[in-house]
Amino acid sequence: MSNEFVLAVEDLTVSFDGFKAVDSLNLYVEKNELRVIIGPNGAGKTTVLDLICGKTKATGGSIKFNGIELTKLPEYKIVQAGVGRKFQTPSIYENLSVFENLEISFPRGRSVFGSLMFKRTQDVTDRVVEIAETIFLADQLNEQAGLLSHGQKQWLEIGMLLIQDPELMMLDEPVAGMSVSEREKTAELLNKISHGRSVIVIEHDMEFVKRIAHKVTVLHQGKLLAEGNMDAVQNNPKVIEVYLGH
Amino acid sequence: MGGYSISDLWSILVMQGFSGLSLFSVLLLMALGLAIIFGQMGVINMAHGEFMTIGAYTIYMFSKVTQQYFPSLMPYYFVVAIFAAFGIAFAAGYLVEFLLIRHLYKRPLDTLLATWGLSLIMQQIFRTVFGAREVSATLPDWLMGAWKPTPDIDIPLNGLFVMAISLVVTAAVVLFLYRSSWGLKVRATTQNRIMAGSVGINTKKIDRVTFAMGCGIAGIAGATFTTIASTGPTSGSLYIVDTFLVVVFGGAGSVIGTVASAFSIAQAQSILTFFLTNAMGKVVTLMTIIIILMIRPEGLFRSKVRKH
Amino acid sequence: MNTFYTRWLGGKKGAIELAVLAVFILVVMPLWLDIFRLNLVGKYLTYAFAAVGLVMVWGYGGILSLGQGVFFGIGGYCMAMFLKLEASDPISTAHQTTPGIPDFMDWNQITHLPLIWEPFHSLTFSLFAVILVPILLAYIISTAMFKRRVGGVYFSIITQAIAAILTILVVGQQGLTGGINGITDLKTIHGWNINTDSAKYILYFTSGILLLGVIMLCRFILSSKFGRLLLAMRDKEDRVRFSGYDVANFKIFTFSVGAAISAIGGAMFTLQVGFMSPSLIGIVPSIEMVIFAAIGGRMSLIGAVYGTLLVNYGKSAFSESFPSLWLFLMGSMFIGVVMFFPNGLAGLYDVYMKKWVEKLAMKVKKIAVPGKLNSVKTEL
Repeated sequence: MSNEFVLAVEDLTVSFDGFKAVDSLNLYVEKNELRVIIGPNGAGKTTVLDLICGKTKATGGSIKFNGIELTKLPEYKIVQAGVGRKFQTPSIYENLSVFENLEISFPRGRSVFGSLMFKRTQDVTDRVVEIAETIFLADQLNEQAGLLSHGQKQWLEIGMLLIQDPELMMLDEPVAGMSVSEREKTAELLNKISHGRSVIVIEHDMEFVKRIAHKVTVLHQGKLLAEGNMDAVQNNPKVIEVYLGH
Repeated sequence: MGGYSISDLWSILVMQGFSGLSLFSVLLLMALGLAIIFGQMGVINMAHGEFMTIGAYTIYMFSKVTQQYFPSLMPYYFVVAIFAAFGIAFAAGYLVEFLLIRHLYKRPLDTLLATWGLSLIMQQIFRTVFGAREVSATLPDWLMGAWKPTPDIDIPLNGLFVMAISLVVTAAVVLFLYRSSWGLKVRATTQNRIMAGSVGINTKKIDRVTFAMGCGIAGIAGATFTTIASTGPTSGSLYIVDTFLVVVFGGAGSVIGTVASAFSIAQAQSILTFFLTNAMGKVVTLMTIIIILMIRPEGLFRSKVRKH
Repeated sequence: MNTFYTRWLGGKKGAIELAVLAVFILVVMPLWLDIFRLNLVGKYLTYAFAAVGLVMVWGYGGILSLGQGVFFGIGGYCMAMFLKLEASDPISTAHQTTPGIPDFMDWNQITHLPLIWEPFHSLTFSLFAVILVPILLAYIISTAMFKRRVGGVYFSIITQAIAAILTILVVGQQGLTGGINGITDLKTIHGWNINTDSAKYILYFTSGILLLGVIMLCRFILSSKFGRLLLAMRDKEDRVRFSGYDVANFKIFTFSVGAAISAIGGAMFTLQVGFMSPSLIGIVPSIEMVIFAAIGGRMSLIGAVYGTLLVNYGKSAFSESFPSLWLFLMGSMFIGVVMFFPNGLAGLYDVYMKKWVEKLAMKVKKIAVPGKLNSVKTEL
């Protein structure tokens, strides 16, 4: 059963000093699916992403990515396996240029000696430019990343993930702090990039969620509350109760 | 290990154990002060040893003045001087925090370097004021001599006194941190600086007082130090590496950890020193600590999750 | 050639800086100073190796190593052991109780050469040992620490403890290491006398050239993706990890390179000064090496050399006439660098002098005034 799924989370639990942030969670994501995870604050959404990408160690359960057990791997190996994670607050290299930010994320020369010998060949440059265009930053390639606007930094981080060509991309609140037009562009971006890969998005903005989601998972107190397409979830009485109207 | 009978060994162990206790007391007080500063504030104070020296020189000064002008008060000066040692070291620490440390909170490595520079300057001041040679305070009579529970065991009184002081100070620190309102503010600032600030706690003042307290305790360590060795400008640097290792080994945020760590390290060193040479005893102790730290970097007692 | 120019020399700016330094060290100093003073400068240049190593490890890697003296010392001792054995051949030591072993062992009533000294009869082995033993030690320490995510101040304190341990060990094992006096009375390397004036000249130039070579190697490393990664790791280690890099490996490599560089300095020290002692290994010399790099500019390979020369010159100038003043000065330098000019002389140059110099350069048109003390910072 788990072979069909890109991501198979089973019975996942993590407890901090007795408090169960995630409680026996089951989650299955298919290939090329765009899943949105929603839920009130403290529901454990970010923690689930932390567990998948290895930032936090689970206290129980399993996470299988294409059949590979992720709970045993260190973070960088999880990334190399094909899982990319964008953090809630934009996490980019402020002192380097946009080009350099993307180039560092290029999946070549990841070992010590590989990085010493790495040459900025044409295919690297081409790919960086291609990604920059996708994330609306084609004109800012030589700008210092620290000088970008908040929204642009979010896009840059998405670009840094894209260039790794991950099979599973996980975005934590990608439109937080963005203007309306920026949100529209981001929705466009996400729809574009979800072709050929699976994407998990955590979001609060319901309009945004409606535009991008194939399927929605609702978490509450670390447990799965409801799952289905947006309409079904929005009309689910349990969800309404927990959210008290969004 | 040859040539000692069982009862000999037992006497040696007890005596070394007690001499270890003097070392333990000094280390404990130094480490407590440093644990407060490092564990609570994340500041590495490489000049911590010099605050100890301030305390030691204070005792020396009191001893000289009393001897010269108030010889009849000799039996009493020591206790008064301990309070003075705390006070002067506290004041010096307060000043240092204000002038130097408060600019460097987000930069721990830089703090390390700056405080090393401070320690050089302080050592040089000591050298200029007190001379380069070591000096000794004249200890009051009631501290001399030994307690002999059995004919074979000689426990020096000053060692017991020093241990008593350390335990008293440790208890005072615990009470202060966990039972007083000031201590509550300190802990709040450590755990969540921003929240503490928004409920009206003057975090800058708290930092200053916390740092000064750590230094003051080092001053008391200096006072106890004078009962076991003479004082020179570089006396502080004798213990600084050990003190840091005690703090790190014990798990920087925990008082129990500090006590346990100081105890085990001091005892290990003392006992090993008897059987190996002085140097090798120290080496083996240091290496063991490092190896244990490599296996368990959080130290003996992990402190609770803390956000900086 | 193009790669060599950009990666090893550092492009136009870098090549000019390097050329100025080369001229200063290899031409100006020998012409200006007598052999005695030149030998002193040669000694300072060996310290500069450690400072350059610290630019890599600390400036770029963000790892404050307070134990570079350890690696400097190991390199120095390996070389000293070879030289001492050569000077202790059975004929010159015929008067000893046990001929054929170093004199200090004889004084300590040792009757045969300890096993660990045996391989140092060979120059080849000793040369390899100079580089490999420090790398091995650095590898073990850094692997144990960085793989377990121990960094920052904890790591610094542990390097300090290791410096303390090694000093105690060396001083304590008199029969094995010469104790507190170290290994002295060195005469020849492979038959070539190191104590003559002409030898001192040659050794000086060797140190200078090796130092320049090391700088070029570091340039190569820093101008690669590796160098950009180091900067990225220093500022956002987690993000680098989540981009698929094993951060620990990069730190381990940097730390080991720094160790090897310091060790070369140590070996050259032994050759130039004629002895090696534990006074170069411990906490105090290690932290002095940090101040050399800090004053010169912790982000500047070339600045580190100037910083070393300047501080050491100041030290010898002051500590004879005003010893107490010197300690005050040094303490203030630590504080000053941290508080006011964190990028050292190189940073000061960047902020104040560079514009002035560039204007002058434009006025002088074709002759480019060299960019002294400029940092190797990535053009941001």
